[in-house]
Amino acid sequence: MKAKINNIMSTELFLPIVSLILVLIINIIKTPNFFNITIQNGVFYGYIIDVINRASELVILAVGMTLVVASSGGTDISVGAVCALSGAVACFILSGGEVSTSVYHSPYIVAFVSAIIVGLVCGSFNGFLVAKMNIQPMVATLILFTAGRGMAQLVTNGQITYIRVESFKMLGNSVKGIPLPTPVFIAIAVVILTFIILKRTALGLYIETVGINNKAAKLVGLNPVLIRFIAYAFCGLLAGLAGMIVSSRVYSADANNAGLNIELDAILAVALGGNSLGGGKFSLLGSVIGAYTIQALTTTLYAMSVSADQLPVYKAIVVVIIVSLQSKGFQRIIKEFKLKRKVEKVYEK
Amino acid sequence: MRNKIKNIDNKAFLLYMTIVLFIIMYSIGIIMFGNKGFQKPQVFLNLFISNAGLIVIATGMTMVIISGGIDISVGSFVALTCMVLAWMMEKGNMNAVSSIIVIMLMGLVFGLVQGILIAYLNIQPFIVTLAGMFFARGMTAIISQEMISIKNETFLAWANNKITIPLFGIVNKKGVTVYPYIYPTVIAALIILVIMFILLKYTKFGRSVYAVGGNEQSALLLGLNVKSIKLKVYILNGLLCSIGGFLFCLNTCAGFVEQAKGFEMEAIAGSVIGGTLLTGGVGNVFGSLFGVLIKGTIEAFVSFQGTLSSWWTKIIIATILAFFIVLQSILAMSKKEQK
Repeated sequence: MKAKINNIMSTELFLPIVSLILVLIINIIKTPNFFNITIQNGVFYGYIIDVINRASELVILAVGMTLVVASSGGTDISVGAVCALSGAVACFILSGGEVSTSVYHSPYIVAFVSAIIVGLVCGSFNGFLVAKMNIQPMVATLILFTAGRGMAQLVTNGQITYIRVESFKMLGNSVKGIPLPTPVFIAIAVVILTFIILKRTALGLYIETVGINNKAAKLVGLNPVLIRFIAYAFCGLLAGLAGMIVSSRVYSADANNAGLNIELDAILAVALGGNSLGGGKFSLLGSVIGAYTIQALTTTLYAMSVSADQLPVYKAIVVVIIVSLQSKGFQRIIKEFKLKRKVEKVYEK
Repeated sequence: MRNKIKNIDNKAFLLYMTIVLFIIMYSIGIIMFGNKGFQKPQVFLNLFISNAGLIVIATGMTMVIISGGIDISVGSFVALTCMVLAWMMEKGNMNAVSSIIVIMLMGLVFGLVQGILIAYLNIQPFIVTLAGMFFARGMTAIISQEMISIKNETFLAWANNKITIPLFGIVNKKGVTVYPYIYPTVIAALIILVIMFILLKYTKFGRSVYAVGGNEQSALLLGLNVKSIKLKVYILNGLLCSIGGFLFCLNTCAGFVEQAKGFEMEAIAGSVIGGTLLTGGVGNVFGSLFGVLIKGTIEAFVSFQGTLSSWWTKIIIATILAFFIVLQSILAMSKKEQK
């Protein structure tokens, strides 16, 4: 029995699932109608649907962030700013520079593709600095973290650009006839595609190898520079996609608030997913569950009337606790404690 | 001779480059905006006045980077100190001196917590200070979501205490000689800079900070207590951040949530541009002073130009930072190849 419990506790997904259940239990106690789902106009409504819907961008970013963390042991803190930038570029192309528009000035696909390309370029820039130039990931991505929103401001001319076209709202809201909001499907598609790419090819293994030991990876003939670059570029691409969803949700480009503080959420999702922030082995599923947990936590906190700019306090505390529990220093303390008890037992005998 | 050039190459090259860059940029400013009064000594002194807080924070950041770490919580922490100062004086009716003592204690505690997490639990400094960054910004919002402006008389008297320099007087249109002035914040910042320079260069603690940053393993083998040194670095940095926040607050005389956004990048940029290696072990606080002055010059450019949005400052600084870190990394790589 004890062995069984130990076995369950040591599985990768133990931490994320337990924390998800914990958050859900708190919710059921506080709001009994948490799991109620109603159907209005053929669309599902309810807390749980809302959580799954709102978590979509976070899930997408968490996928990218997982690969970045696994391959380089660092995090990409520019994802929020890249979201804002890609959304701003897409809205700029669609509106043709006007503050508010009700017709497309260019085809939607052009805007969509350019948003993705903006993300890819930003990711490649980060990847170049980290992989090729050997700069600490946090410092390299700090550049875009600060400048990205500035560039988004320049693109939108410091104003919020509105796109009041129905088809623009489709990506971030629900399409008629489909009972679930679109972002949910996009998030699931991204997860499945990434999972297939990682499992069907050796890329997943390569990323883990590079993350565990860069030099060893080089000696066995891998190209760590290329693999890290791919991870960052992919993360940027996903950030571009998330930026499109964010701006489609509010049918506008808001350079100040689009994807604000989402980088912390994404890092938190990765850590909560049981992945070590030091790089190496990773579990994509863990991060995804982590992302849904974070969104559930956010919704819970909002329900407890915590305002948006106060939210980071609680999340920061959660990050510190999780990371402390994962840390080498803490594990050593536990090991020493266990050893002490063993020694004491021997003495008693 | 060749050896000498090599020596410059190794350590001071980036520092000299920074000083040259600053002089070039300032000269360009004088040429471009000479008709708007860029050459006035007051413009030069304004660089110090508006960046007094940042100078102190950049010296702290330099020390942290030298020790091999980084602190990206400084911007949010400055916002928090300003907010706490404003709140204590306006809502809590405390006097100015005791408020400042409280924020210094707060800085020490903040540094202590971050330091313990980084030094004793071996968590990456990025992650800890990222959490610290969001924590401090969120705390600011919890204290007050509205702006609190400071009306405390003692505090305002400090803030508006002009010190005129009886040199380089300029006769204005009315025929009165106007002398350039500075605020006490500048003197405080420069004193702290000198103290930090001496501390890092000529004390046992300072030398061990360099040793830990240069190679942690070797420092450990030398018998240095790496963990306690790191802890001390973060505690001292916390104190410097609170002092920097206080000086910053003397400039703005208010506390609000969005204050000092992007400060962490300006402080890191200041250190890196000033020749501090991100890998640790190499750096000089005077370099950081020039790094900060370069940032100030860019700001002056943007404000003299008049039509550019203030976002340009951030973008240009980010570009310069990117340029310098790439340069650092190229230098480091070529050094490796030489070996």
